[in-house]
Amino acid sequence: MNSGQPIIEIKQLSYRYEKENVLENIDMTVPQGSFLAVVGPNGSGKSTLLKLVLGLLKIQEGEIKIFGEDIHRFKNWHEIGFVSQKANSFNSGFPATVYEVVGSGLTKKIGLFKFMNQNDHRKIKAAIDSVGLTKYMNQNIGELSGGQQQRVFIARALVSEPKLLILDEPTVGVDAQNVQSFYEMLENLNKVRGITLLLVTHDVGTISDKVTDVACLNKHMHFHGKSEEFEKLQLNEMSQFYGHDVHLLSHEHEHHHEGARK
Amino acid sequence: MIQDILQYEFLQNAFLAGIIIGIIAPLLGVFIVVRRLSLIADALSHVTLAGIAASLLLEKKFLIFSGLNPLYMGMVFSVGGSLFIEKLRSVYKHYQELAIPIILSGGIGLGAIFISLADGFNTDLFGYLFGSVSAVSRADLYTILFISVFVIAAIIVLYKELFLLSFDEEHAKASGIAVKSIHFVFIIMVALVIASSMRIVGILLVSSLMTLPVAASIRIAKGFKQTIFYSLVFGETSVIGGLVLSYYLDLAPGGTIVMISVLILVITILIKKINSARPVKMG
Repeated sequence: MNSGQPIIEIKQLSYRYEKENVLENIDMTVPQGSFLAVVGPNGSGKSTLLKLVLGLLKIQEGEIKIFGEDIHRFKNWHEIGFVSQKANSFNSGFPATVYEVVGSGLTKKIGLFKFMNQNDHRKIKAAIDSVGLTKYMNQNIGELSGGQQQRVFIARALVSEPKLLILDEPTVGVDAQNVQSFYEMLENLNKVRGITLLLVTHDVGTISDKVTDVACLNKHMHFHGKSEEFEKLQLNEMSQFYGHDVHLLSHEHEHHHEGARK
Repeated sequence: MIQDILQYEFLQNAFLAGIIIGIIAPLLGVFIVVRRLSLIADALSHVTLAGIAASLLLEKKFLIFSGLNPLYMGMVFSVGGSLFIEKLRSVYKHYQELAIPIILSGGIGLGAIFISLADGFNTDLFGYLFGSVSAVSRADLYTILFISVFVIAAIIVLYKELFLLSFDEEHAKASGIAVKSIHFVFIIMVALVIASSMRIVGILLVSSLMTLPVAASIRIAKGFKQTIFYSLVFGETSVIGGLVLSYYLDLAPGGTIVMISVLILVITILIKKINSARPVKMG
């Protein structure tokens, strides 16, 4: 592996919807082999950033490089796996087995007018195995729990053997007691299989000790570095980052007091 | 009956056409149902009616068109209608289902005008509406055969793309599949299959042959391939059973075929009920 080159490099990226700026001058790198968590409150521009990285939105200002190549020229999209937040809001009555859904992740890689071969079937089984769902391979996906369905979509992303896996709010459908084992599975993918992970979440509390890098986003990039440095951040810096709600609350509190005194 | 089939060409045509349609209508139907596009089949069948009425009108008013097979004009209208639906769906991005009533009423309105212009048809318009065993000609049969070869080949070759498009359109787009082109091929196939099926099942009932066997299949199948398999079995059973019954009892074949599909659907619902009522061993 060429460890020098970052997988994703974002420079001076800005984006606006009509008149409202959503992202301003974002710089961000995803180093190879890292497990990066992008955190930010709702409406912080995380989803916009993701869409830009995935090529679903056109860049207005700045640049994005993927594997060293400008995003406009990038062609090898199968090297990037994506598990969308909406993945498990699919039609749960859809008549497809876990195996079929995971296999659909190979569609682009196999290519038009070509069929699956033995090797592809091996990959599908390996991907299902790596998320621990071998037992449920031939079940209809609608019969599985939310957390298991989320694993199916991770397996679907893994089956094309991506170098980078992007996860948008992956723990939303996972019940609390399974979150830890979910992160263990991700850590395993990162450490054992060497897959670079980019995880997006609105909840700082859920970033576990499993991630190696953290990026805090709220229109601007507030922090971008190693997770150890992130942990050392002062509490007041964090409240600055998540500030608006906190301030508003204390103001209201004061008003209430004044009103009561009168 | 076997003897009659061997003896009469029109019965051979009807049965062979029926067997082919019993395959391609539910085959495409699986994708239509899981993509929640069931009503598109209805809209397109009504546009096909307009095409047939136009063809019959031309035939009546102009001598040059006297040999024109209404099936072809039906197909032209159906394909045109499918393209128009796509256009409307992109115009009304947030009201995509609006395209269906627009096309449906447009089709029936146009059809009614053509029929009134021709002062009513002496030909069996009734047969086009509800299906007819005697209406299928050799030329029709060859057209249907040709279309079915194209449809089956396209579905085999594009299977994994069609599956992904049906299961998760957004993911298909994101992974760089030519979603628009695949969908275009798909909608053209739907239009062609509807036009081919209308001779046997009739315009008003075409969509049921595409959706009822699938509705029954989804109840009991494990996985997508099995859903396709059961849909074909149910579709074929309904068509053959319907044709035989309608021949002996002198009923409209379209109606008989549909009622057998409904019966199969009810049976699968009951089977599922009985099975789920039984205690299931966990593990």
